[in-house]
Amino acid sequence: MMQADLTVILPEIVLAVYAMLALIGAVYSSRDDLAPALVWLTTAVMAGLAVWIATGTGGTRIAFGGMFIDDGFARFSKVAILVSAAVVLVMSQDYMSRRGILRFEYPILVALTSVGMMVMVSAGDLMSLYMGLELHSLALYVVAALRRDNVKSTEAGLKYFVLGALSSGLLLYGASLVYGYAGTTVFAGIVQTVSQDDLSLGLLFGLVFLISGIAFKVSAVPFHMWTPDVYEGSPTPVTAFFATAPKLAAMAMLARILYDAFGGISGDWGQVLALLSLLSMFLGAVAGIAQRDIKRLMAYSSIAHMGYALMGLAAGTEFGVQAMLIYMAIYITMNVGTFAFILMMERDGRPVTDIRALNLYARREPGKALAMLILLFSLAGVPPMLGFFGKFYVLRAAYEGGLIWLAVAGVIASVIGAFYYIRIVYYMYFGDEGEELDTRSSPALWGALMACAAAMILGIVNMFGVEAAAAAAAATLVN
Amino acid sequence: MIGLEHYLTVAATLFVIGIFGLFLNRKNVIILLMSIELMLLAVNINLVAFSSFLGDLVGQVFTLFVLTVAAAEAAIGLAILVCFFRNRGTIDVEDVNMMKG
Repeated sequence: MMQADLTVILPEIVLAVYAMLALIGAVYSSRDDLAPALVWLTTAVMAGLAVWIATGTGGTRIAFGGMFIDDGFARFSKVAILVSAAVVLVMSQDYMSRRGILRFEYPILVALTSVGMMVMVSAGDLMSLYMGLELHSLALYVVAALRRDNVKSTEAGLKYFVLGALSSGLLLYGASLVYGYAGTTVFAGIVQTVSQDDLSLGLLFGLVFLISGIAFKVSAVPFHMWTPDVYEGSPTPVTAFFATAPKLAAMAMLARILYDAFGGISGDWGQVLALLSLLSMFLGAVAGIAQRDIKRLMAYSSIAHMGYALMGLAAGTEFGVQAMLIYMAIYITMNVGTFAFILMMERDGRPVTDIRALNLYARREPGKALAMLILLFSLAGVPPMLGFFGKFYVLRAAYEGGLIWLAVAGVIASVIGAFYYIRIVYYMYFGDEGEELDTRSSPALWGALMACAAAMILGIVNMFGVEAAAAAAAATLVN
Repeated sequence: MIGLEHYLTVAATLFVIGIFGLFLNRKNVIILLMSIELMLLAVNINLVAFSSFLGDLVGQVFTLFVLTVAAAEAAIGLAILVCFFRNRGTIDVEDVNMMKG
């Protein structure tokens, strides 16, 4: 029995044990020059685990009395989390070692936060959900403050810590109410109490607190205040990490808890999510216009994108979950590519984040400018690119789920939001003469930028099979 | 006779005090950490009260997890605060303002 349980969580155990062994090894040798090797080793371990999970046994396996669920949905999310974390690690290596901030803690903390995210998306119980969430958040607080000699980075860490702890508190308070009024913390038990009789006020309060706690993690309006500051203050590779894997993990965790524990009352939480989605889309689109710092701009961009992903969930259908998963997969790919470009923006070896520094960039670097143009058009949702199809899926899900007003609002917000993406394109192609950026680029960053841009074009053929995988994953969650 | 609702009222009050402490406090970051701790302890009261009311041990197990994680969280928060203090030389909430927002 115990052995069967352990087999189910073997990938998590392997990654956790690897992280601890790496930590012990690195502390004993206490050599920071081992850090690049550790980055590559961690990347290899995570990529290996992703392949293992993707090709592993199918079906739904439940371990530890329902506390841990390994189904198609969890596997889809885990593969996306591990792959994006591994890619971001590879992109960080060159940038961080040239600035002397590549310490061995960084890959280890990323590995630990990945373990937390894997537990989050597989949780079948409020306790395992909380433990996974905290493992993920505690490691991220430290990663945000990675440049410990830098005011902005420590300030970002401090802000993220305070607001993250507040969100954990809200989530826990919700969890305690749900436990009290449902009498159990296992999702399978909660869903029975919820569907049996009318929803008690305590359970509704608990649900709202749970959703608000998770909304902090996905940075949905009105719980988004930390996002721009943390994105701006953290070192850019860390920002790239924040924008990818944790967003998907939090979104998948939200889907997991809503469908597994509150599946019977999708009408109730659908309204809450629709409101969050509407506010996020518009705030992200409007507030981004005033931003000149590309990292802050990407923060508002991610708030808007989370709005669209929430729209898929708000529909409350199986197709909605599929649309959310497809949207998140496309969003991660776009963000990896865009941050690869941002990591290459520097002048005299110092990072630059002002978008006006991109004046006439296309004249000196036509290839990179073209790749960035494709990614920005895709972020804006301009038709031939993959980003358009992501938006198309969630809008269709909202339309079929009866949220026509939300779909219309989504189209309007996407038109508003297109302005700030296209302004960057304008600067790159038609801007004024100004100080030039360096033309230096590292192979890893250049490769990531080009691969993501190519994926935005080539993906429109069959989305590299993501569509079918997301459909299978959604089918295991919604039943 | 003290019933479940009394415990829930105390917990809700502590939780709200914690949230207000986070948002109204303009003086010191340490007070933020204390407010966070207050919120988590309010949750613990809730969990133990429900656990005793339902005759179910799961709530108390949950409480132990929350206590452990709260300790780890406080440790990390203080570590980040020490780094911040080294850079800025102050831990006033009003001085956490290098970035707008």
